[in-house]
Amino acid sequence: MSTATQIPFVEYLKLEPTPHLVANECTSCGARFFDRRNACAGCFNTEFTPVDIPTEGVVRSFSIITFAAPGVDVPFVAAVIDCGGTSVRANIINCPPDPEHVSLGMSVRLATTVVGIDSAGVEAVNYGFEPA
Amino acid sequence: MSRSDDIWILGIHMTKFGKHPNLDVVDLGAEAIHGALADAGVTMADMGIIAAGNLLGSGSIAQQLQKQVGQTGIPAYNVSNACATGATALRTVIMAVKAGEVDMGLAVGVEKLAGAGLLGAGGKAKADNDEWARNGRFGAVGPVDGRIGTESMPGVFAQIGMEYGHKYGGADFELFAKISEKNHSHSTLNPLAAYNKAMSLEQIMNDVMIAYPNTRPMCSANCDGAAAAVVINGEKLKTLSLEQQRRAVKVSASILTSDPWQEACQVLPDVNTLTRNAAHQAYEQAGVGPQDLNLVELHDCFATAELVHYDNLMLCEEGGAVDFFESGAPYRDGKMPVNVSGGLQSKGHPISATGIANIWEVCQHVRGEAGDRQIEGAKVGLAHVIGLASACGIHILERSAA
Repeated sequence: MSTATQIPFVEYLKLEPTPHLVANECTSCGARFFDRRNACAGCFNTEFTPVDIPTEGVVRSFSIITFAAPGVDVPFVAAVIDCGGTSVRANIINCPPDPEHVSLGMSVRLATTVVGIDSAGVEAVNYGFEPA
Repeated sequence: MSRSDDIWILGIHMTKFGKHPNLDVVDLGAEAIHGALADAGVTMADMGIIAAGNLLGSGSIAQQLQKQVGQTGIPAYNVSNACATGATALRTVIMAVKAGEVDMGLAVGVEKLAGAGLLGAGGKAKADNDEWARNGRFGAVGPVDGRIGTESMPGVFAQIGMEYGHKYGGADFELFAKISEKNHSHSTLNPLAAYNKAMSLEQIMNDVMIAYPNTRPMCSANCDGAAAAVVINGEKLKTLSLEQQRRAVKVSASILTSDPWQEACQVLPDVNTLTRNAAHQAYEQAGVGPQDLNLVELHDCFATAELVHYDNLMLCEEGGAVDFFESGAPYRDGKMPVNVSGGLQSKGHPISATGIANIWEVCQHVRGEAGDRQIEGAKVGLAHVIGLASACGIHILERSAA
């Protein structure tokens, strides 16, 4: 393990014990959300419980982005991953960004990457999915 | 024939879409309003309400326009609903007329978008020598666009088309490019389109890739433009001239929906369910089915989007959009012409104007006034628009029986 202090890029990514995503699951209807919630969009309930999301899935959709906002490295692959029935937004990483290497239905697994280090020496760690 | 709760388009106008460097949003909006009023044979004095939309301007577009075309003191509604803004302005006026509060009203949408570049993407980058701080609903320490998927419109709608391909098969880069080839071909007959040149499949596929599988000509064209419509109830219409009654177009359905909760809809926008819901409601309200339509203007903001809406609007059986396209049905000489205006890919997409301009196109055909691109004998048409977030507007328009 790295000795540098690390923090997840987003709050729904947990780095320990191994990197995985955690969703807010509605205690009433089971709808899952990755953002901070005021209530459930499906049934209006306000109680949620954290659930771990499987780290393996299949590519349900993707696009290879060649034009993006300033500061975003292109090309990159934006995708929706079906992780055991929960859809996750992510980049496909550790894979050439071209239609010969990325395909619909491809099996992928969660992977992490350091996106930067701040003035206090803390690394921000993001997630993506790589070919499984 | 006309009843007090019947809704009609009395007059409608769209400006030339394209670059208008010497016209500001008020000039363009005023041009559309003057065109619609002249087409209707009425004046601002007849209007009981105005609803206006302009997403990228400085605000209060309705009052800005009133200050140029007529300050009559009527209620002014400034509406905003992404790419469905124009349809929302029209829907607002229709609700006021239908409620009986006014007997005539004006809806207008206008946008200056030429040279706007990529829409949707962005986010603030972290300043150097700073410490990580969490922001927003995901508690992110930096911009998520580009790092966790994409927020750029070409990329989002590319995934919407690819998702359809994953579900049903048969949708690939070449198929999406052929849809674009169709719309660019249709645009050659539309003098108001921003681009009206035919493009070959090879040209389209070899153009600059924006977000695979959408190349540049497969993306809607950012441009300037405006459109406006005068709405009237059936009772008032009966008091007008026979010519006005003959040219009036019946609004047999006016529907606006938002996206209901679905698994994944907050991961990748679900433009399907709200369109399908709106279509069901529109067909029921109008008492017609998809087989009764003579033409459809649907929201082809990207070639990948057009495919899914064949299915969502039930122009084909569920899962059958690829076969529907390959049968030749949506070409202007096919059995269900789609986007004979050239669609947003060639006509252009000045955001707030789009949801009225698509209705203008259908009105031209059912009035028999579409010139070289007239769909012969058109009596009924459907106009569809999607604003991401999301909103869906569907209007079904019918030729006057007068």
